[in-house]
Amino acid sequence: MSAIAASSSSAILPNQRGWLGALSDRFWRQPKLFVFLLLLPALLWLGIVYVGSLFALLLQSFFSIDEFSGLINYEFTLKTYAELLRPQNLDVILRTVSMAAAVTLASALIAFPIAYMAARYARGKWKALFYLGIMLPLWASYLVKVYAWKLILAKEGILNWVFEQLHLTWLLDAWLSLPVIGGNSLSISYTGTFLVFLYVWMPYMILPIQAAIERVPTNLLDASSDLGATPMQTFWRVIFPLALPGIVAGSIFTFSLTLGDYIIPQIIGTSAFFIGQAVYAHQGTAGNIPLAAAFTVVPIVIMGLYLWMAKRMGAFDAL
Amino acid sequence: MRSDTPRAPWGLKLAAGAGLFFMLAPIALIFLYAFSSEERTYQWPPPGLTLKWFAVTWNRPDVWQALTLSVQVAAISTAIALVLGTLCAAAVSGTRFFGRETISLLVILPIALPGIITGISLRSAFSLMEIPFSFWTIVLGHATFCIVVVYNNAVARFRRTSGSMIEAAMDLGADKFQTFRHVILPNIGTALLAGGMLAFALSFDEVIVTTFTAGQQQTLPIWMLEELVRPRQRPVTNVVAMVVVIVTLLPILLAFYFSRGGDQTVAGMGK
Amino acid sequence: MTSAVSLQTVSRHFGAVRALDEVDLEVGEGEFFAMLGPSGSGKTTCLRLIAGFEQPTLGQIRIFGDAVEGVPPYRRNVNTVFQDYALFPHMNVRENVEFSLMLKRVDKATRAREAEAALELVKLGGYGDRRPGQLSGGQRQRVALARAIVNRPKVLLLDEPLGALDLKLREQMQEELKALQKTLGITFIFVTHDQGEALSMADRVAVFDFGKLVQVGTPEEIYTKPNSRFVADFVGSSNVLAPEFVETIAGERRWASLRPEAIHLLRSEGGHSALTGTVVSRSYLGATTRLGIELGGTLLHAVVPSGTDVPADGARVTIGFAREALHLMEDAG
Repeated sequence: MSAIAASSSSAILPNQRGWLGALSDRFWRQPKLFVFLLLLPALLWLGIVYVGSLFALLLQSFFSIDEFSGLINYEFTLKTYAELLRPQNLDVILRTVSMAAAVTLASALIAFPIAYMAARYARGKWKALFYLGIMLPLWASYLVKVYAWKLILAKEGILNWVFEQLHLTWLLDAWLSLPVIGGNSLSISYTGTFLVFLYVWMPYMILPIQAAIERVPTNLLDASSDLGATPMQTFWRVIFPLALPGIVAGSIFTFSLTLGDYIIPQIIGTSAFFIGQAVYAHQGTAGNIPLAAAFTVVPIVIMGLYLWMAKRMGAFDAL
Repeated sequence: MRSDTPRAPWGLKLAAGAGLFFMLAPIALIFLYAFSSEERTYQWPPPGLTLKWFAVTWNRPDVWQALTLSVQVAAISTAIALVLGTLCAAAVSGTRFFGRETISLLVILPIALPGIITGISLRSAFSLMEIPFSFWTIVLGHATFCIVVVYNNAVARFRRTSGSMIEAAMDLGADKFQTFRHVILPNIGTALLAGGMLAFALSFDEVIVTTFTAGQQQTLPIWMLEELVRPRQRPVTNVVAMVVVIVTLLPILLAFYFSRGGDQTVAGMGK
Repeated sequence: MTSAVSLQTVSRHFGAVRALDEVDLEVGEGEFFAMLGPSGSGKTTCLRLIAGFEQPTLGQIRIFGDAVEGVPPYRRNVNTVFQDYALFPHMNVRENVEFSLMLKRVDKATRAREAEAALELVKLGGYGDRRPGQLSGGQRQRVALARAIVNRPKVLLLDEPLGALDLKLREQMQEELKALQKTLGITFIFVTHDQGEALSMADRVAVFDFGKLVQVGTPEEIYTKPNSRFVADFVGSSNVLAPEFVETIAGERRWASLRPEAIHLLRSEGGHSALTGTVVSRSYLGATTRLGIELGGTLLHAVVPSGTDVPADGARVTIGFAREALHLMEDAG
């Protein structure tokens, strides 16, 4: 132990690291300053660059555009918001919200069995397979996914071919002749837009549902069947209510993402605008930044309400 | 329905199987079309298979330029996000202070709000301040939403790193910097790696914000978007689509591998 | 006796909570000192103040005469053995033990030699290449110990060092720790909620309750002359006698303590006095038996040698004890 005895005899050790040690001491003595300095870069970046721009944008929604000169009139007014209420703009909002709702509902329907299977039955190798089966489409490039559907929905594409092989082309034609959801072909109909939205955002529904179901303790299910519940009763009375917050959490993603998208309806669908396209068009070619800004407030407000409701249903615990 | 030997009802199996098919088939299709010999249409079934378009794509300078730009933007955005996200996570985990929740909200906001809002805000801010579009305006937008990915991964790992370990390091004579270098960094390293790779994938794939913050420059997704709106040479697009899938999925698989410890942060992230 | 650690009216408040309230304490050089108390009594806060993880709200702490106000933990020549050991999971055992030497830029060969010496001291020679995750709880604790002493700190702090070990291992470690402290000659301050541990290991014991230092003394003083009901009750579950009861047997209206083993039984067939009662419970402890005796509304515990003459439940007994065994305490309230 003699080697160890060669140690400092003082109770306080000297600073041997020069300015670095002195700086460390300083931070240690002023922990609040230290935390502030840690936060500073991110605060500057997000708080000033990001929130600043966001705020500037919202501010512009209270300006208006001079209809003759096309220049922005920098005076506080609610005129731009009133413009949102014009029939053609209300149409855009209504169309987008309906689409988001339809996509969310369909996502929940398709996602639930996958999530349920992955959470309750898949084990070992199957579990990994399910995981990757969910993660690959979730993370695969957004544009590539849209592109894949352009291939699928094309007139000469695989979907028409399948219908033809099954001698069901008449069914597809009948569907396309329906009002609103139909159109000249799949790739320029709301049905097409819906399918692509569904494909691109549905994976975001699976994970929260899966997480919620995984959190249901198995002994709860055993208890339920011990008490004489049939599997159906156990599902509807025990599992489904407990999975509901997961569905609501997932719907936040599908709803919000559909609401803000402007690329999918631009590539596949009719020429009618969705909110995102309206924003893009107004800020771009039309140069009407105030109206574009007012349009962006719509999804913010809708999502705010949605989040508020979701929070009351306890959906955030499932995220 | 006993939990020890679960057997799925056939109806559930069918629904889950069909769902998985719906999710995976389009991606498989991308791989197949890359080899199609058809030039002008999206014809199915492909009239023949060929490797010719790989060579053509290889020799296209515009594809290479777009790819290079995307990699550069993603690398720099990831580096920025790593620094900012880690510092922020360290501050939030190390102490309880007033406004913690606000910080978390602030970090998550760029990804919680639709991308179009982030994009148009930045664009109007650039035009207000008369900043010309450049490489750096793209990076500015990307780093903003990459921070959250690194932050989430780092916070999850900090939570699992025991506080007494940091005290032990200090107790044994490590100052703040030495503690970070020798104890904190090795413990959060894999989480940062996973977060960094996710951030890279996110930036590499981003198109919505980029359309607002890029001038004449084309990232790979912007190039893809052009091809989608106005198809010029479809077979080249097919090949690029496949390459993009591979480039984005590799980091995801690696990140999955590195975060197997139970953070589940790969799963927790949206775009 | 040189003072190793000295606390002068030290308080640590967390908001309205007084985790430590005006504590004065002197720990001598080379002492094996225990801080004893229930959880939340302030003993761990006291340790953390000495280590430097917390700062006193009021008062002053000196370590070997040096005021340590504003001195970070990494500049204090004091090391800690943590309750959860806090070993670095990304380093092997040797790297853990070498950590402080590495920071001091000690050369590699010396580092390895000293780490091995420290490991041998805690009987873990040759374990250097293992990972902390591969060790048992007792071994991890030894590594934590080796890591803390490799530097030869002026004071070694131990936070519930044996809390996570099972009984047998705990008894073995108690003896080893004492031996180690003798070998090294370092001042040990350890925190425990186990009064047996404190009494058997320490040269002196400080008893804490609700952030206050209640009593300091040798184990014997603490055990036989508790200064308050709390100490009497907490250290060795003494009988605490109410002033009314004490008045009837000792003539003074004060609280008193009476050790269970100081009570002996006088068989009384029908005798009546203030000291006659009924056996209401019996627990067999091996060499001794613990009896609960009800005595005119007061429940007393007595520990008597096991054997055939231990009275049965419900038996009438008269108790006796030496007058000195009745320890009158300060507080009369």
